[in-house]
Amino acid sequence: MIYRRFFNVPTYRIRSPWDELNRMRQQLDRMFDDTPNQRVSAGVFPLINLTEDKDHYYVRAELPGLKGDELDIQVTGKNLAISGERKIAAAEEGARYHRREREAGSFSRMIGLPGEVDTENVEASLANGILTIAISKAEIAKPKQISVSS
Amino acid sequence: MADQQSKDLKVREKQEAASPAELTTPGLVFTPEVDIFETEKEITLLADIPGVKADDLTIDLRDNTLTLSADIAPADNTEEEEILIEYETGRYYRQFTLGELISQENIDAKLSDGVLRLSLPKVDKATPKKISVKTG
Repeated sequence: MIYRRFFNVPTYRIRSPWDELNRMRQQLDRMFDDTPNQRVSAGVFPLINLTEDKDHYYVRAELPGLKGDELDIQVTGKNLAISGERKIAAAEEGARYHRREREAGSFSRMIGLPGEVDTENVEASLANGILTIAISKAEIAKPKQISVSS
Repeated sequence: MADQQSKDLKVREKQEAASPAELTTPGLVFTPEVDIFETEKEITLLADIPGVKADDLTIDLRDNTLTLSADIAPADNTEEEEILIEYETGRYYRQFTLGELISQENIDAKLSDGVLRLSLPKVDKATPKKISVKTG
């Protein structure tokens, strides 16, 4: 019996002819999707998000517990260097730890910016544990609006 | 402590929380990293919750269950284009069961630079008493 043979093969094969297409679509989705697992990361602390608008590049990093003066930020050419040390105060004498997940230590990261920047116009701010660095693009890297004359 | 502070920090991905109940609002939920230590008088909890303002933080203690939940303000950089995204932002949520009786009125919470410091004083009953044994 032909049915018998169908039931002996794994069921996903006969469920629907669209399954193969669905699988392909999922694979393509995974290739283009920015899901957390697929994200490209340099693997260097701190993790950063880099965005841009017309005039600036913005670098953001989560650095909870750091003060502005504990950070060293330098711009050279197209490179931005962030380094510092995260300190965690020791608990008072006689305290017993239940959990210890937060980490202290030093870090240093170099970020290559995608375009020319104006190294004189860099602003960094630290609010609620998030570092935001706004870097002005160099005039040459800013997009120019070109009007079309008719 | 010296050796602990001189080591290099490693990248740790933010841990997505398994949501306790399905949320009505979309978005990611993360488990904040915490330190918890206990002295004879109180339990102290430190949590890293970068991006959270004091108004958006909810701390709830009932029936020995401590719930931390924090919303983050929606990003105001919608006109910016993303070039490289290494971390995501979202709510923070974490629950703890406390083994000790906590004096609810004296709980103290401080939020500075993205770190929450929560002091949970024990009630007198739970502070250990030394019991002297008489020999007779």
